Amino acid sequence: MVLPSLNSFGKNIDVQQALEGVDVRIKKQLADAGLNAAKSAGASYADVRIGRYLNQFVITRENRVQNVANTESYGVGIRVIADGCWGFAATNDVTKEGIAKVAKRAVAVAKANAKLGSAPVQLAPQKGYGEVSWKTPIEKSAFEVPIKEKVDLLLGANAAAISGGANFVNSMIFAVNEQKYFASTDGSYIDQDIHRLFPSFTVTKIDSASNSFQTRRSISSPVGMGYEYLTPMASETIAGITPRYKKRYDILEDMKFATKQAAEKITAKSVDPGKYDLVLDPSHLWLTIHESVGHPTELDRVLGYEANYAGTSFLTLDKWKSGKFNFGSKQVNVVGDKTQVGSLGAVGYDDEGVGTKKWDIIKEGTLVNYQAIRDQAHIIGLKESQGCCYAQSWQDVQFQRMPNVSLEPGKTPLSVDNMIKNVEKGIYIIGDGSFSIDQQRYNFQFGGQLFYEIKDGKIAGMLNDVAYQANTQEFWNSCTQVCDASDYRLGGSFNDGKGQPSQSSAVSHGSSTTRFNGVNVINTKRKIG
Amino acid sequence: MALYTKEQAQALLKKVLSYSKADECEVSLFGNEGGNIRYALNAVSTAGDVSTTGLAVTSVYGKKAGSASIDEFDDAALERVVRRSEELAQFAPQNPEYMPMLGQSEFKDSITFNANTAAMTPESRAEMVGKSLQVTKDANLLAAGFLENSSSFNAVMNSKGLFAYNKSSDVTFSVTTRDAGGTISGYAARGFTDVSKLDTASATRVATMKANASKGAKAIEPGKYTVILEPVAATYMLENMFRFDARSAEEGRSFLSKKGGGTRLGEQLMDPKVNIYSDPFNPDLPGSTWGGDGLPRERTSWIENGVVKNLSYSRYWADKKGVKPVPNPSNIIMDGGTQTLEELIKGTEKGILVSRLWYIRMVDPQSLLLTGLTRDGTFYIENGKIMFPVKNFRFNESPVIMLNNLEALGKQERSISVESYRSYLIPPMKIRDFTFSSLSDAV
Repeated sequence: MVLPSLNSFGKNIDVQQALEGVDVRIKKQLADAGLNAAKSAGASYADVRIGRYLNQFVITRENRVQNVANTESYGVGIRVIADGCWGFAATNDVTKEGIAKVAKRAVAVAKANAKLGSAPVQLAPQKGYGEVSWKTPIEKSAFEVPIKEKVDLLLGANAAAISGGANFVNSMIFAVNEQKYFASTDGSYIDQDIHRLFPSFTVTKIDSASNSFQTRRSISSPVGMGYEYLTPMASETIAGITPRYKKRYDILEDMKFATKQAAEKITAKSVDPGKYDLVLDPSHLWLTIHESVGHPTELDRVLGYEANYAGTSFLTLDKWKSGKFNFGSKQVNVVGDKTQVGSLGAVGYDDEGVGTKKWDIIKEGTLVNYQAIRDQAHIIGLKESQGCCYAQSWQDVQFQRMPNVSLEPGKTPLSVDNMIKNVEKGIYIIGDGSFSIDQQRYNFQFGGQLFYEIKDGKIAGMLNDVAYQANTQEFWNSCTQVCDASDYRLGGSFNDGKGQPSQSSAVSHGSSTTRFNGVNVINTKRKIG
Repeated sequence: MALYTKEQAQALLKKVLSYSKADECEVSLFGNEGGNIRYALNAVSTAGDVSTTGLAVTSVYGKKAGSASIDEFDDAALERVVRRSEELAQFAPQNPEYMPMLGQSEFKDSITFNANTAAMTPESRAEMVGKSLQVTKDANLLAAGFLENSSSFNAVMNSKGLFAYNKSSDVTFSVTTRDAGGTISGYAARGFTDVSKLDTASATRVATMKANASKGAKAIEPGKYTVILEPVAATYMLENMFRFDARSAEEGRSFLSKKGGGTRLGEQLMDPKVNIYSDPFNPDLPGSTWGGDGLPRERTSWIENGVVKNLSYSRYWADKKGVKPVPNPSNIIMDGGTQTLEELIKGTEKGILVSRLWYIRMVDPQSLLLTGLTRDGTFYIENGKIMFPVKNFRFNESPVIMLNNLEALGKQERSISVESYRSYLIPPMKIRDFTFSSLSDAV
């Protein structure tokens, strides 16, 4: 589930500290100390993750900076199998002695859990890669850009909102750098340097006479990129009723449009409830894909491991085994992908040392696969993991997390304008809004940022108070058209929550603009007092 | 050492402050010890022990503030973190909303710490989970659950002479029981300061009873129904309303904003039976007696007989508006009535009993319209009796409208939010015209 707020992020540090790495030779020696101690204590398998997790926030409102913070979290987590059972322990004492001690504790935990008599862990085979490395392909690290440049960018955008008539504006830049070193008894020593960036804002327009207010959030995406995402580029902008962005984002331009649109929302027509054909922009559809395709195809949910919190899944194993389960229409092709450049989920290797890949989950509407990790692969007849293992930090145990799950673009050339031309009664939705789905992922409801009425093939004006409700299987079977690859864009969540205690992960979802026919739309306007 | 005593914390904070050269300096020290067990399919899936300690320093020059933190405590490291915060402050932009630090106040001792909870061990946690598992195995059901305990402290000292310390404990338990085919589901959740009040077997029996009673759920038409929300359902719904912030109301972007400007302070916003307040000295839900801004916390009424009685004012906003600051609440309590849940059901001609709500998200912050679903035990009531289980519903409803449509309140109890895991004291409540907008096939 996408969490409504951010987690805490470790201790504050200065910028210079964030740029200093830890020598890979030292990390190998430290990791070997952990692996050897675990084996000596009786582990049949062990992995060591030495992690340095850096975050930077620049947060502003109107004409002032609210907060600038650099945080660091550095430590080591060790996971072992002993007596057929998993054990995990972690420490921020990153010395050979500290790591050896925590390795023994992890083995002790595994042996204690083994006495409760659960089935022995079956790990899919994984070859050792030796000493390898991987880095997010970035042009400019956000951590190397001076704070002043970020502050100036945000305050400049805020000024455009206020001078354009907005009453309030909040904006922020959030940068993440995970410096992760993984070593396992399989013979892998993997050094990775992972970067993510999320610029965002919210503009608010107040109408005190009617005691109403409207907001318009940025339609930027969180990305697996460096600061280059914030350098506007005409070729990466799609013109239209509002600009939409591919691999580069123009915060100033989006802010100007948002300011006008927040005001327009105050007087926009309240939607008449009923059935509409929906034309969903990728800045909106990513969240529907996340909740209704991404989560129900997580194998741990299917098996029941999330039953007490996030829930289970309607996509039970019997449906997959039949090979005929009709998830959606023939237009629906969904892939799992941990390799996509610029995405939040892209890494070279997952957090249990598996090289990443791309695979089919829904093929021409039929459920063909799930998302799995090493100890689940055998359950669905796989000979190797799909590389979906992740932990939010060194002190949390890694478990199955969603890869990028994306809708493939249509193969027939189709533009957004041509899609809209054929819609008689519809709504065009841009940007993500309110979201909710049941614990087995059948019934969902989504809002958005911008809603435009489509009448007889033309945009007839802005609507407000729109949310659509549907059943997942019916909704994806109502998919009639997907625009071609020229419209393909990524959206995503910086803060997807799962597990107890809850862990956060970042994941992208790509699509082109897509049409769904005859979806139930409700009006969300209420009055209190 | 994760849990410092008051004296140990005071001594360390004094030492750190002695390194300060800034106009103002505040040092906070915090620590946590605890552990958890997670289980699913009737077996433990993960277990962990957590122990953390940290120290944060804020240095201020004029209206420029910088913060740095550390988890090492030797003298050199302590001096280094003070210097780093001073460097950050020198480079920080002016903060026009910065308020000078407060001097010493009188803080009453809190009752938030419990020795029984602090003494929990991996073995005692395993024993409590074992009792839960036995209940589900005997009932031929599968359990997935989570038990977590923590004991923590926080202390703050500043260069104006303020010193405050608090120590607290908390334990939460939740369990979901289902059959192997996934055709039934029940849930129970508990939260306490004192672990001796937690009976995992009894809670699990409630979950198994709910699961068995949910067999053969029938679909009935969505629409407006009288509902009885059990405390765990009402808590999750109302948690989205417990932000009584003056600034956003005065800025015109809150459900507490008034037409034409200002706030709804003093207005009758809900049914007169609604009383919501904070009280750090409530023995069933104790809270800290001081806030992060250095202000003492006292009993504060937010909604009294349905009227908005107080809004929280930060020190900056209170100064700007010329009023007394009102700290954020450390707990939330809603008064109940005298009826049991069974009596509420008995007095209902037609209605729906809701055990739990799920995935609640804001649809419209102006009206606080929320959407979400029922889960793990939803039942049709007719002529004072539970007649049969019903399929789950999606709702679209505002807690403000809901508390205007309040028919009756039951006995208040400590309950936890199923998403934030925060504890509240909330009664079961009977609400008319609650809006269910569609059906869900989820079990």
